[in-house]
Amino acid sequence: MTPVHDVEALLRSALIPVEPSEAMSDRLERGLSELTDAAVEELADWELSAMRDPRNWGRPVAAVLVGGTAAGALVLVRARQQHKRRQSTGLRALERGLRDVAADLRLRRG
Amino acid sequence: MGDKQRIDRDFTELYRAHLRDVYSYSYYRIGNHHDAEDITEQTFLQAYRHFERAQRESDGRPLRPWLIRIAHNLAANYYRDRARRPQTQLEDAAVVSDPHGTEELAAGRQELKDVLEGVSNLPDDRREALIMRFALGMDNREIARALDRTEGATKVLIHRAIRQLEQGLQESE
Repeated sequence: MTPVHDVEALLRSALIPVEPSEAMSDRLERGLSELTDAAVEELADWELSAMRDPRNWGRPVAAVLVGGTAAGALVLVRARQQHKRRQSTGLRALERGLRDVAADLRLRRG
Repeated sequence: MGDKQRIDRDFTELYRAHLRDVYSYSYYRIGNHHDAEDITEQTFLQAYRHFERAQRESDGRPLRPWLIRIAHNLAANYYRDRARRPQTQLEDAAVVSDPHGTEELAAGRQELKDVLEGVSNLPDDRREALIMRFALGMDNREIARALDRTEGATKVLIHRAIRQLEQGLQESE
């Protein structure tokens, strides 16, 4: 009969942590940086137009909370990324993320 | 330091500290590297969008359980959308995570394969708890937060998962 502590030892050996590939890390970091850029651009355009319309003066606060985080959340990651070789692989998942954020910002515009 | 700079710094730290955790969890849940990468990417994108609020509501507690919970929900959607079951690939995991340890792994490969197969056949909540405990090294408190259970219930869950796995291994001998 296999004692419980042996099963735990087997689990530790079997479920070893898995390192993501370099390509995947690069892609993710690039995508997050692009997400930052997209949010900043959307926010800047919207802020300019919205602030001219008194009906929207209450709305930018919510967007600044969302976009403000998005605006620079990965500056440090980007700094690291600039030292790494860039690759031209697809960004299917990140494109979905960008679309989500754009939709989110559109919703908040009202 | 301003709020934005602090958030920048904290999110970067979270990303660097837990990229491997999220990827490992996704890999053992999904069973292939391609989809695990997708889940990992989506997890950090969602985390990024909700980070400020999560940090505010965490009251200083570690955010790893929150991050793993995002991955957990995404993986659940993955199965719901595609009606798939996990397919653990031991050889791929070994090569990616420990390229210099393959001889050692080869010796006990069948045993480890049996364990992984046993884990993949466990009910979802038991399988996830074991992945969090053994692949990510999370303690009961963290696992409880990730699975939205009490610590006591989590302890029981892990104990039962190990017992079930043990019984399965004995029956297959």
